[in-house]
Amino acid sequence: MGPLVPEIIGNELNFVVALLVGIAFGFILEQAGFSTSKKLVGLFYGYDFTVLRVFFTAGLTAMTGVLILTHYGVLDMSLVYVNPLFLWSALVGGVIMGLGFVIGGYCPGTSFCGAAIGKIDAMVFIVGSFIGVYIFAEGYPLFEDLYKAEFLGSPQIFETFGMSRGLFGFVLILVAVGAFWMVTYIEKRQNNGQKIDITPSKMVLPLTGVAVIIAFTAFFFPEKRETVLEKVSDKEFVNQLEIQSMSVDELALRLMLKDRNLQLIDVRTFEEFKEYTLPNAIHAELEEMFNKNMNNILNNREKVIVVFGDDDYSGKKAAALAKELGYKNVGYLSGGLIEFKSEILDFEAPGILPAARSLADKYKFRSSAAEKLPAIIEAAKPKEVKKEAPKRVLGGC
Amino acid sequence: MEKTTYMNPYLAGFFLGILLLVTIFITGRGLGASGAVKSAVVATTVSVAPAHAGDSRFYREYMDEHPESPLKNWLVFEVVGVVIGAFLSGLVSNRLNLTLEKIPTITNKVRIAGALTGGLLFGFGAQLGRGCTSGSALSGMAVLSTGGILTMMAIFGGAYAFAYFFRKLWLPR
Repeated sequence: MGPLVPEIIGNELNFVVALLVGIAFGFILEQAGFSTSKKLVGLFYGYDFTVLRVFFTAGLTAMTGVLILTHYGVLDMSLVYVNPLFLWSALVGGVIMGLGFVIGGYCPGTSFCGAAIGKIDAMVFIVGSFIGVYIFAEGYPLFEDLYKAEFLGSPQIFETFGMSRGLFGFVLILVAVGAFWMVTYIEKRQNNGQKIDITPSKMVLPLTGVAVIIAFTAFFFPEKRETVLEKVSDKEFVNQLEIQSMSVDELALRLMLKDRNLQLIDVRTFEEFKEYTLPNAIHAELEEMFNKNMNNILNNREKVIVVFGDDDYSGKKAAALAKELGYKNVGYLSGGLIEFKSEILDFEAPGILPAARSLADKYKFRSSAAEKLPAIIEAAKPKEVKKEAPKRVLGGC
Repeated sequence: MEKTTYMNPYLAGFFLGILLLVTIFITGRGLGASGAVKSAVVATTVSVAPAHAGDSRFYREYMDEHPESPLKNWLVFEVVGVVIGAFLSGLVSNRLNLTLEKIPTITNKVRIAGALTGGLLFGFGAQLGRGCTSGSALSGMAVLSTGGILTMMAIFGGAYAFAYFFRKLWLPR
């Protein structure tokens, strides 16, 4: 499951990846013609829309790929860098960059390409960008307020618009295809009928077709996440599943023996977890089962994994979700925390002394458990509960 | 028109998109460029005027994120790669040529002043906007980041808005 850094590819090896990615990036940009300022600014004067074509095709291809990988649970988006949104600095910074673009004819990435093949203007542009960054660095206290104003988190655009991921992908691809057709028309007019786009005419319709098909599939793809969550929200479906469970007595015994192979997972809310939980339990609400860091925990075959909620059903539901996600080794606490409390912790001797030996054993066990467990639970209570935020990679420019 | 042929734009875009996707899958982050300039500026300031750099919050914040060396940064390695890759591409397509590219109706001085000013504005804007065309606009679009897409629209919108005033730099009339 991606991203592969830092677990599978170490941080040092990641620098090698960076170099290789850069080589491919520079090669493609140069091959596309991004090393010449004339081609780059053509977009703003209507005579050459190559940049727009390359840029949007790349953006859409990557976006579709990200949608698909996320859909199949191959990529954990919560670990991927999503640019934070600081409203004013994004807008003001963007407009300043746009001004720099039409005056200088490059953007930072393309200026490195131009400089690499000997464009003196690109080299001068790079010098300019050093000065620009230096001015920002030196004047940072002046710009800091604007830089940090209106922080709105790291939203994704479909959240901002309240659309589904797929629907947004669908709309974006259709808009792009429309734009490609339109700019070809504008380009032709600006260049007196001469064609800049070297795509053969007979390829235009099939390409459009492919884009539209991809758009439709993006639209109709229900998210795996949504489908699975919907499935386990169905009470009948969950109840008919056969899932291994652990009785409250077994749990009590394992807790008293301080069984190291026991892995408890508390699926109640984080507030409830902080307030009171079982020894060495970790917290993971239903949605978090999808996260990459749960992978190692839920896949651990050395451990007896038991999820629990307040009642029987909430535990079984979480175990059902784990099962749906392919974790075969996850059981749940039968009766939930409520039964554990009433049957074990608050165990009281029945009014009539049980004659049967089995009952006597149970009585002995439960009353000693009731006596010893509260101390064990109290001792195991984490002193400072901090929710470990997923380690997002730092990205951006 | 120049005779050098470039790759079909849609094909190039497709390759670039796949590269971006692979990058995101492996590293959890997208492509970038201006961040490398930032690293280089910090590295220069820190070695030339360490006392000054220690006083300024901008440098301190950056140094806290890069305890080993300001140049030990993903984007620095990536941009070194970009230069190598673009050079190789220019080599195979026979485009290596030391020139100052401009239209005939402007002087060399004007082009150099334009490139310097443009670079300065872009470098400054990319710091303020937390990323340039690569890091913010392209990579932001791939992960459908509202911030990235907004910056992208501001970059292109701004460029269109100002294009008219600088037409003499680009359109020979």
